Amino acid sequence: MRLDVPSDLGVVGDAVELVASHLPAGTLSPRRVTFNFRTALAEALGNAIRYGTGEDPAKTVRVRVELSSDAVRIHVLDGGSGFDRAHLPDPTQADNLEREDGRGLWVIRHLVDDVAFNEKGNGICLTLRAG
Amino acid sequence: MRFTVKKDKSGVVVVGVDGQLIVGNRQELKQKVLEVLEEGSRKFVIDFSKTGYIDSSGLGVLVSLSKKIREQGGELRLAGLNADLQTLFELTKLDTLFAITRTAEEALAAF
Repeated sequence: MRLDVPSDLGVVGDAVELVASHLPAGTLSPRRVTFNFRTALAEALGNAIRYGTGEDPAKTVRVRVELSSDAVRIHVLDGGSGFDRAHLPDPTQADNLEREDGRGLWVIRHLVDDVAFNEKGNGICLTLRAG
Repeated sequence: MRFTVKKDKSGVVVVGVDGQLIVGNRQELKQKVLEVLEEGSRKFVIDFSKTGYIDSSGLGVLVSLSKKIREQGGELRLAGLNADLQTLFELTKLDTLFAITRTAEEALAAF
């Protein structure tokens, strides 16, 4: 399944629903589709549009969902210059708790079974194992 | 997705989040709550009993609103989180920042 999503934060919800509604039943439980899959995809798309394409309306974010019997893999590629994920602050530290941002990757890591990046850092692959 | 804003007879504002609270609609929620805050309301409950998921931008706007409401001498309570959403607040430790009740009715009673 492939989808090119416009670089517009306002379409993230609709894009997530479109992809989730085309996910065949069986690999992931309905509860994991409702919560883990949707939240992780919304996070990845939101990050790609905010930081990767810079909300440039001329650009798009590419989503590819790979299905197998044992897992669902979500690939999100934004074509941007990537980011340094080695120096992300811990959002649960007391000094960071009242910050409005900085939780995206933290949330993703807790919702999916594996997170991988491409070498450039502008593509993320989220793996949810069957169940 | 939609937000409903109602005021109960004691003046507490109850905001319902139907669908999701994410990067694409967080500003709409923020605007609605700030409008009511500017009109003088100080007690708020956000009811998530009809909410499927919340992303980190949604969490961020709740943190921001809580701060703004506290600065005006008010309080924001959260209610109706399902088990997954409750876990989200716990893993981000935001459960330590908010008063969270099982239902909106319990939140109203606690004011």
